[in-house]
Amino acid sequence: MLHYDYHKPDSLKEALGLMAQYKDEAVFIAGGTDVMVQIEQRKLKPRALISLRNVVDLKRNEDTTIGAGVTLRELQKNPMIQEHFSALHDAACNLGSIQIRNVATIGGNICTAAPSADTACPLLVLDAKALLVSATGEREVDIDEFFVGPGKTVLRKGEILKEFKIRRFTENTGSVYIKHTRRAAMDLPIVGIAVRITLNRNDVKCRDALCALEPISKIMGYFEDEELKCEDARIAMGVVAPRPIRARHAEAALKGKVLSEKLIAEVSEIAVSEASPRDSVRGEAWYRSEMVKVLVKRGIMKAIERIVRPGEVVYPERLW
Amino acid sequence: MKREMMFKLNGEAVNVEVESAWTLLYLLREILELTGTKLGCGYGECGACTVIMDGQAVNACLVPVLEAEGKNVTTIEGLVQPDGQLHPLQRTFIDHGAVQCGFCTPGMIMSAKALLDENQSPTDEEIKESIAGNLCRCTGYVKIIEAVKAASGR
Ligand SMILES: Cc1cc2nc3c(=O)[nH]c(=O)nc-3n(C[C@H](O)[C@H](O)[C@H](O)COP(=O)(O)OP(=O)(O)OC[C@H]3O[C@@H](n4cnc5c(N)ncnc54)[C@H](O)[C@@H]3O)c2cc1C
Ligand code: FES
Ligand code: FES
Repeated sequence: MLHYDYHKPDSLKEALGLMAQYKDEAVFIAGGTDVMVQIEQRKLKPRALISLRNVVDLKRNEDTTIGAGVTLRELQKNPMIQEHFSALHDAACNLGSIQIRNVATIGGNICTAAPSADTACPLLVLDAKALLVSATGEREVDIDEFFVGPGKTVLRKGEILKEFKIRRFTENTGSVYIKHTRRAAMDLPIVGIAVRITLNRNDVKCRDALCALEPISKIMGYFEDEELKCEDARIAMGVVAPRPIRARHAEAALKGKVLSEKLIAEVSEIAVSEASPRDSVRGEAWYRSEMVKVLVKRGIMKAIERIVRPGEVVYPERLW
Repeated sequence: MKREMMFKLNGEAVNVEVESAWTLLYLLREILELTGTKLGCGYGECGACTVIMDGQAVNACLVPVLEAEGKNVTTIEGLVQPDGQLHPLQRTFIDHGAVQCGFCTPGMIMSAKALLDENQSPTDEEIKESIAGNLCRCTGYVKIIEAVKAASGR
């Protein structure tokens, strides 16, 4: 059996102090759903674990601040997150099981930096900023700059991710995260797509068409007739590159344009060209590319649904 | 690193010496000999080790033992009444044939209990969500969902 020390500091200062005592050789543990698995698999043999569970400074969850120590279950149950940061709510509902979500934290998910990390794409489209704290001070990094590669981030040894800052978006904004999996639960995504869109208005006449079984080409025709315009857009993709990425060219192609079927088809093709998926046990590269195309379109439509019919469960749920 | 630890287990205060690298599951099964909580995978995938810690279902195989310090832990052994009466969930699992080999049962019941403690009349979807982290190789889940529904009084 392995041996390691286990510390439970109550404050950031104490946690950083303990890390310094171990000359940065200890490992931080939050929910432990990645760390404990790595230890069990003998991929990690820590001298000491420093638990962040009791560090209250990491637990803020209000308005525009989400502490790194907030659990996925807390995010899932928070109506403010569901209303304003829907893409993050989607991720929180679909990460692991309730047992996992009860302890797993958003900070742990981001620091592990798996290409499949479910909260990564939502944070990318929400333009989140990460606040990093060390013994020498604080720094803020854009979430897009946080990820370096699989399991690699800009976190320095002994540095703690304290919280995320997300601004409140203007009206007529909606976001979504679609996790494409084989199983309905307890599975990592084959591809994950997040979209955030701001429209010029939400009082569209075709809002009822979204709940009827009208063909998509017809609905897109209504959008065009009513000059429904996409004022701002973000698209992020998971499991199509060594790290979760933004589809910047696709975003640019969408921004400022009147929505049409042709436009959305173009945008999704551009997103595919920005992805560089690989073959893996969960899915092959060609399949991932095909699904990026489908899911970017679907993500745009779902984000529009959420702007046009806010707070409603749109039924029948269309796969667009 | 050995350490004394206090926690509440099935309603009773327990004082025990633990090694800091143990998991809660190891303490329960190997030291306290409460073998109702099962070790299936050891990776959080199967849910056989589910216990309730401060009202929340958790995988005991992923809980560092010292995180249980000062907490209130309930295992399957804690569900029977002092007079030997079974918990309603245990009763409905038997009545609905929701137990076959029985390996997943303690974990299933603990997940279901955590749900019912919080929500007395869950929807089918909520029941499914609550046991999504519990694998059963025998029943096909239908009877388990029926049993949870019956215990909920719906
Ligand atoms: C059964 C199972 C299912 C899972 N399903 C999913 C899934 O569907 N989707 C998904 O994305 N992930 C999944 N995961 C992976 C894991 O649950 C998540 O990545 C989780 O969010 C990790 O959070 P944690 O708090 O448990 O992290 P921990 O394991 O505690 O820590 C993870 C890493 O981050 C570091 N760390 C944690 N917090 C901080 C901080 N504040 N500052 C600096 N470093 C920090 C730790 O040192 C460690 O390197 C699953 C895991 C299991 C076991
Ligand atoms: S033994 Fe803990 S989840 Fe399988
Ligand atoms: S009854 Fe055998 S695994 Fe569920």
